[in-house]
Amino acid sequence: MWVLLGIAVLVAGFVARLNPLAVILAAAVVTGVAAVIVPGVGVAELGQAALDTISAFGKAFNDYRYISVIWLVLPLIGLLERYGLQERARILISKARGATTGRILLAYFVLRQISAALGQTKLGGHPQMVRPLVAPMAEAAAETRLGPLPDAVRYRIRAHAAAVDNIALFFGEDIFIAIASILLIKGFLEAYGIMVEPLQLSVWAIPTAIAALLVHGTRLVMLDRSLARQMTEAEAGQ
Amino acid sequence: MITLQWLYIFAGLTFAAFSVLSIADPANPKRLGNTAFWGLLAVSFLFGSYLSDLANGLLVVALAVIAGFKLLGQGKPVTTPPEARQASAERRGDWLFVPALLIPIVALLGALVLDKTVIFGVPLFGPEQPTLIALGLGVVAGLTLAMVWLKPPLLAPLQEGRRLMDSVGWAGVLPQMLASLGAVFVIAGVGDRIGELFTTYLPLDHRLLAVIAYCVGMAVFTFIMGNAFAAFPVMTAAVGLPIVVLQFGGNPAIVCAIGMLAGFCGTLTTPMAANFNVVPAALLDLPDREAPFNGVIRVQIPTAATILIVNITLMYFLAFRF
Repeated sequence: MWVLLGIAVLVAGFVARLNPLAVILAAAVVTGVAAVIVPGVGVAELGQAALDTISAFGKAFNDYRYISVIWLVLPLIGLLERYGLQERARILISKARGATTGRILLAYFVLRQISAALGQTKLGGHPQMVRPLVAPMAEAAAETRLGPLPDAVRYRIRAHAAAVDNIALFFGEDIFIAIASILLIKGFLEAYGIMVEPLQLSVWAIPTAIAALLVHGTRLVMLDRSLARQMTEAEAGQ
Repeated sequence: MITLQWLYIFAGLTFAAFSVLSIADPANPKRLGNTAFWGLLAVSFLFGSYLSDLANGLLVVALAVIAGFKLLGQGKPVTTPPEARQASAERRGDWLFVPALLIPIVALLGALVLDKTVIFGVPLFGPEQPTLIALGLGVVAGLTLAMVWLKPPLLAPLQEGRRLMDSVGWAGVLPQMLASLGAVFVIAGVGDRIGELFTTYLPLDHRLLAVIAYCVGMAVFTFIMGNAFAAFPVMTAAVGLPIVVLQFGGNPAIVCAIGMLAGFCGTLTTPMAANFNVVPAALLDLPDREAPFNGVIRVQIPTAATILIVNITLMYFLAFRF
C-alpha cells in the first residue's frame, strides 16, 4: 500500500498550492521509490528507484509529446487577434437579433456534440474555438442585452464557454465507433474473452448523450436569467 | 509521407522561436526563465527521440524547477491597441473568421480524405495521430492565407503566439506531465492497490449497491487520476466485471459503455484533468486559474453530478434487461 503515498503527495501539493509541475514530479518519484519499499531495503536501492522513476517519467514525457502539439494553433490565433478576430466575433453577435449568451452556448453545445459523435473531436477545443470565437460571442451577447459587464459576470460567462466545450465533447464522442475510449473498452473485454463490437458499445452511449444535452441545455437556457439577476445584485451591492 | 515527426519539428521550431524572442523582451523581468522553459520544450520536440530516457527525465526536472521557483514571467510583445483592432474588425469584416475556420475544415478534410490518400503507393499520412497531422496542416493553411492577406510584419505570428503561450505559461505542459505521471502509476501498480481497497471494504451484496460502487468508483478514481482511461481497467477489473457482470448478470457492453461515461463525470470535476479544466482557465485569463477548483470546474460540477446519477440509473435499468 506504500505506493499510494504518491497520491497523498499529489493531494497535499495541490492543497498547499505549490506549483503543479513540481508536485507531479515529486509524486512520481515518491510513487516509484515507495514501490520498492520492503523490510530491510537499502538506501542505494531507493536511490536507484528514484533514478529509474525519473527515466520512466522522461520516456513517458517523450512518448506523450503529441499532447502539447495543440499549441501550434497559437501563432495563427494570436495573429488573427492582432487584426481584430475577437472584436469581429463581438460585432457579429451584437448584430444578430435574439442572440443571448445561453442560446449561443447551447448552439455551440449541439454542434460540438454532433460533430464529436461523428468522430470529429478536433473541430472544437479551447485554443482554436473557445478563446477566439465562442467566449467573445457569449460575452458580446450579454453586453448587448445587459450593458457593461462586471468582472464576476464576465468570468462566469467565460467559464461557461469552456465548460460547454468539455461537456459536449465528453458525452458526444463515445457515440462514434472508432474513438479511443470505445477501442479501449473493446480491447479490455477481449482480454477477458468477451467479444463485443464497437457498435454495441457506442449505441449505449446514446442515452447518456441525450441526458447530457437535456441537463446542460436546461442550465444554459436558465443562464440568461441567472446572469441578469447577478447583474442586478452586483449593481445593488455597489 | 507526412509523419508525426514532421509535426514535432514544426512544434520544436515554434518553441525555439518563442525561446529566442523571449530573450529580447525587456518588458519581461523574468525573460531568462521563459527562454529556458520554452527552449527546453524545443529541445524535447526536436531531439527528444535521440535523448536517453534519463536525459528526457532530467529535462522534465529542469522544467519543474523553473516552474516551481516561479521563474516564468509574462512577455509583452508589441501588438495592436484595442482601437486598431476594432477598426480592423470593422474594415475586414467576417473574412477574419476564414483563416481560423481553416483549422477545423482542413482537420475534417484530413480525417475524411487525406488520411486515406495514397500517392504512388505511399500513404500521404503516417500511421500515428493522423488527426493531429491534419490539424497541423490546417494551421499551415490558415497561417499562409493570413500572411498573404494581412501582410503583417514577418515575426508577428511568432510574437503573437508567444504572447498567448506566455499567458498560458507552465500550464501548457501540465497535460503532458499528468499523462506521464499516469504511466509511472501504472508501472508501480497504483491502480491495482486502489481496486483492492474498493473490493475489500465495500459490501457489494445487492445489484444496486454494485452499480453505485462501480459508477461512483469510476468517477472518484478518475477524479484522482485525472483520466477515465486510467480508471477504467482498474475499476472494471475490480468491480465492474467480477461483480456487476459476472455475479449479477449485467450486459458487459452496457456496463462498460456507461461505466466509462461515469468516469467522464469525474473528469469534469478535477484539476488533474488539466487540458480540459486548467488550460482553458489560463487561456481565458480567469483570475482563479490557479485555485484547485477554478471557475470552469465549478460550472461543471452540477452537470457532472446530475449525469453521474443518470448513469447509475441507466445502468441499473438497462444492464440487466438487455
